[in-house]
Amino acid sequence: MAYDKFNILTSTAVPLSIENVDTDQIIPARFLKATERVGFGDNLFRDWRYNNDGSPKLDFVLNNPTYSGKILVGGRNFGSGSSREHAAWAVYDYGFRCVVSSFFADIFRNNCINVGVLPVQVSAEFADKVFKAIETDPKTELEVNLPEQTITLKATGDKESFDISGYKKDNMINGFDDIDYLQNIKSEVIAFADKLPY
Amino acid sequence: MSTTLFDKVWDSHVVRKIEDGPDVFFIDRHFIHEVTSPVAFLGLKERGISVLYPERTFATADHNTPTINQHLPVEDALSANQLKALEENSKEYGISHWGLGNVKNGIVHVVGPENGITLPGATIVCGDSHTSTHGAFGAIAFGIGTSEVEMVLSTQCIMQPKPKKMRINVAGDLQFGVTPKDVALYIISKLSTSGATGYFVEYAGEVFENMTMEGRMTVCNLSIEMGARGGMIAPDQTTFDYLEGRLFAPKGESWDSSVAYWKTLKTDADAIFDEEITFQASDIEPMITYGTNPGMGLGITKSIPSSKDVAEGEETYVKSLGYMGFNQGDAMIGKQIDYVFLGSCTNGRIEDFRAFASIVKGRQKADNVTAWLVPGSHVVEAQIKEEGILDILTESGFVLRQPGCSACLAMNDDKVPAGKYAVSTSNRNFEGRQGPGSRTLLASPFMAAAAAVTGVLTDPRDLI
Repeated sequence: MAYDKFNILTSTAVPLSIENVDTDQIIPARFLKATERVGFGDNLFRDWRYNNDGSPKLDFVLNNPTYSGKILVGGRNFGSGSSREHAAWAVYDYGFRCVVSSFFADIFRNNCINVGVLPVQVSAEFADKVFKAIETDPKTELEVNLPEQTITLKATGDKESFDISGYKKDNMINGFDDIDYLQNIKSEVIAFADKLPY
Repeated sequence: MSTTLFDKVWDSHVVRKIEDGPDVFFIDRHFIHEVTSPVAFLGLKERGISVLYPERTFATADHNTPTINQHLPVEDALSANQLKALEENSKEYGISHWGLGNVKNGIVHVVGPENGITLPGATIVCGDSHTSTHGAFGAIAFGIGTSEVEMVLSTQCIMQPKPKKMRINVAGDLQFGVTPKDVALYIISKLSTSGATGYFVEYAGEVFENMTMEGRMTVCNLSIEMGARGGMIAPDQTTFDYLEGRLFAPKGESWDSSVAYWKTLKTDADAIFDEEITFQASDIEPMITYGTNPGMGLGITKSIPSSKDVAEGEETYVKSLGYMGFNQGDAMIGKQIDYVFLGSCTNGRIEDFRAFASIVKGRQKADNVTAWLVPGSHVVEAQIKEEGILDILTESGFVLRQPGCSACLAMNDDKVPAGKYAVSTSNRNFEGRQGPGSRTLLASPFMAAAAAVTGVLTDPRDLI
């Protein structure tokens, strides 16, 4: 499924400074029963966000109207655990288009790019600055510039560059995905497969 | 140039290298299950494309299946719908499907090896992070997202940058009562859940050479819990003996030529790894986790560390212990537990049931413990019965359930209630993993058995 094009995103951000946020927290397994990719945002961080009776936990950041925006700033080792792409779907469906962290788990990071959420890995120092800036002023804005591969704290001008492969960057800017690419080289794949032992 | 086992298998499957981008990586074998495949099939339909090699994909229902009364219709409508989607999609595209009730049904990472689908030198993926299990055979195997499931269905390829390489050596001999699960939990406790992120791991050294295939599967299964995409062990005679005669394994002349090829699959003596770590087997004791990720583990005789002595930040660590209802400095032995879960793709194989039975034999299940014993497949279930293990379990007050992922991720009804403690042979102790509010202590089948008969955390070495 092709997704929204990503170029420059300027937005306030939602801070979630806890470390090792795993995909079972992002979307618990009992909400993986759909056969279509719809409605996962409602259950994003379900057990941190809601009590058992469905009432919101008021101390959780997504329930705090002070914080909003299209950018989620997570603690170190964000997205560890399960390969469930539903975690990335939930992040996207809730309305986030970018996740910032000082360290991402591998599969989650990959899944994010595949569904149109840009993972931006920054230094621990920069992540600290972002958390402090949001704490000081929840309306502070971040600018994520994909063509230039930079993230900027608008208020202070603090800027850092981030990594993404040229191929993935072009995909996100143009709204292409890997399946488009693979479809175009199918005959090459078939010729390759004929030479393999299995 | 000298290369590693990982290089040999990876490089032979690269269809094309993209400049400043990933490799187009060919997948030999693809497993699918009911939870992460429906949206991939939907994607195929929306794009109007088909499955390129249906014979390379194998479907089994496991994540969302009940573990009792499997002959009856599945009560949960959403679960039933996913099972139906798997069945119908498999039928529509000509994919072999081992659904509920099929004699070959079971957990995807148990039935793959059991049927000889998993082979040395193969590349294997599945929309499940514990696909790393299959690396025990010298395969490159790892979990993928649903977008990638769609890629594999449509073109048998995914787009992946080649990971860095790490070798983990465990030297010497394991001590009495120490199992492959303890080895893996020990390594994760040392590396943390992100210590191997970005790497593919090769396990080497006497401990792994002397391990059975089932033990190797347990270790490779848990590679993802240290952040690695996967882990692998060079194939050897133990591997070949396990595979010979299995349903999908090569036969006759093809077997001989396969073994000759498999024997070439090892790391050259002077090959270089990006990272190399060595542990001593003698340092490892039976392990238990005390927190909310698999890296928060320690030897059963130890006490919960102080926040000053851990890598996590104070806020994260305090939150984790608070969730578990534990305090810094607590001893683990003697803590009361409520549930025991034996099963999962980590420890749901016949050796795990043999180990569990060896401790509970002649003893009785503790009254305060609810025990769920869930075989990884119908084949394992049949072995349990044939070997007389079921009789031992029954005499000790235990009940055997039917195969599936069960309480490992609690998608079905096997949910540990809020606040209750479960000693679990599964792979993740994340908050709510075994049910909302559940508290999981990861351990080996020996540890689970010792807790099941005493009702508290107990050093299994006292009961073996």
